[in-house]
Amino acid sequence: MLNTTQKLNPKLFDLNIEQVPIRKGFGEGLVLAGERDERVVGLCADLTESTQMHLFKQKFPHRFIEIGVAEQNLATVASGLAAMGKIPFLTSYAMFSPGRNWEQIRTTICYNDQDVKIVGSHAGVSVGPDGGTHQAIEDIAITRVIPRMTVVVPADAIEAKKATVAIAGRRGATYLRLAREKTPVVTTEESPFAIGQANVLIDPIAPDALIIACGPLVYNALMAAKKLLNEKIEVAVINNHTVKPLDRETLLKQVKRSGAVVTVEEHQKAGGLGGAIAELLAVEMPIPIEFVGVSDQFGQSGTPAELVEHYGMGISAIVEAVRKVLKRK
Amino acid sequence: MHLHDDKIKFLEQKANQIRQSIIEMLIEAGSGHTAGPLGMADIFTALYFHLLKHDPKRPDWPERDRLVLSNGHICPVLYATMAQAGYFPLDELKTLRKFGTRLQGHPHRDYLPALETSSGPLGAGLAQAVGMALAEKIDHGRASSKFIYCLMSDGELDAGNSWEAILLAGREGLHNLIAIVDRNNIQIDGFTEEIMPLEPLADKWRAFNWHVIEIDGHNFEEINDAVGEAKSVFAKPSVIIAHTIPGKGVGAFERRYEWHGKPPNKEEGAVAISELRTLWGRIQSEHE
Repeated sequence: MLNTTQKLNPKLFDLNIEQVPIRKGFGEGLVLAGERDERVVGLCADLTESTQMHLFKQKFPHRFIEIGVAEQNLATVASGLAAMGKIPFLTSYAMFSPGRNWEQIRTTICYNDQDVKIVGSHAGVSVGPDGGTHQAIEDIAITRVIPRMTVVVPADAIEAKKATVAIAGRRGATYLRLAREKTPVVTTEESPFAIGQANVLIDPIAPDALIIACGPLVYNALMAAKKLLNEKIEVAVINNHTVKPLDRETLLKQVKRSGAVVTVEEHQKAGGLGGAIAELLAVEMPIPIEFVGVSDQFGQSGTPAELVEHYGMGISAIVEAVRKVLKRK
Repeated sequence: MHLHDDKIKFLEQKANQIRQSIIEMLIEAGSGHTAGPLGMADIFTALYFHLLKHDPKRPDWPERDRLVLSNGHICPVLYATMAQAGYFPLDELKTLRKFGTRLQGHPHRDYLPALETSSGPLGAGLAQAVGMALAEKIDHGRASSKFIYCLMSDGELDAGNSWEAILLAGREGLHNLIAIVDRNNIQIDGFTEEIMPLEPLADKWRAFNWHVIEIDGHNFEEINDAVGEAKSVFAKPSVIIAHTIPGKGVGAFERRYEWHGKPPNKEEGAVAISELRTLWGRIQSEHE
């Protein structure tokens, strides 16, 4: 069932699959990036350990700048550092950066064409007990509309590590979205990864539908695909870790084969991955689409599992969305 | 470094030419800001024709000082000064705000790469200058030989981001950072002390661990001495609070906040140019 070229976790369908927070992969990746390139500097807004930047701080104390609770400063100071040739990574919770400092990101980073990496941790409702104020579910929308911005949403900790190293070596403003909680490790060190290249994780000979997912919900998408096999429904699954720029070639090829799409993301249905896919397909290949995501609501306190279920992003919700889109085919 | 009388005379003439360019470009553009650019003409002149380490023929010279204009709306004075200094032809000033121009209504470095930053949205320039100074600190510690200047308005001290940057620079003791505040007491909606009082402004900066110097922003000796003093301060960033007259140089525009955001029309502009050319009636213009 799985595309073997993707070299996914062999224990993917085990109940006790290894779970690691995606942000941890970022922390390790930033140390690697820092070792490879001394221009890499880290900035944080009073959430150094929480965003896993403490690993970089320990290794390169003179290249770490504590900004305090000042996210607008976080973005603008980073722009100034980049103007002098540094490659700044700035971290906070996604709700505050790029949430609170959006205009500074637009003007001083993107409009200014500075090479700054904005890392938003604790994205999605799976932040859990902290509640709706801390659950960024609009961040993909607000970043991807800014010209020049690249948007990357890794599916697991290993991919986050690769993505961090990759964006450090690729010039341009980039938003990297991370999640707080432990989530299943879907990929392996050997799995292919390149910014802007979607990974086809399940590639049936004759797919009935296509699931395009990003972030930790890629795991749920794979579980849904497995479940649908019981109903003799074969779905292709794409890990679309780069929301911008979209891998048009891979996406359109797979859409053409399946003729129906379900997008899956821990984000508002409006404006995120689903919006990006809908914009592409409305022009290039109009076909039925269903969106799995949050329906124009704010989050609340609860366990990550409770919240993902409540807001309609669980495995059963994805299965239902596939059934629904097939009826419209 | 003492300013000789000849040099002062030269700077005064340059500032006068820059003010004339500002009026001419605003008339041509039909929109833009008048008061701020005229008020800052002396400081821009002192910087570009005396104080800055720069090379108009090599705008990307790595060793240059950096000048960040935070309040981008006063860009007519930046463009006029850069043109006078030789960054681009004076003729190009007439393209201000027109389609296809390198001289965007608010500065954009995509169009004019000699600019250090794009600016317009207020309150963000000082933080970028702080980032530049921090990069120097990371690479060279206290041995950094570049100075980072941030030219900013008093009105943008309403913005939180300004104070976030002031806090950080104070903590880091960025000796190579020099902020120059255009203390002209006006903003779009009126006088700063009525919109959002800033006084006691010098005390505020001092409390944030900055070295504070207050000057008459139209006196070249004071501008020169203040920058010299700022450069000699070892462990702190410096702010020069430059008291300026908005609209300086044109009687009808001086001290009137109505001139913050509008350009002169042809008649008003002609009077202004005539005042500047005749040194306020003291000499006869060769054009009359």
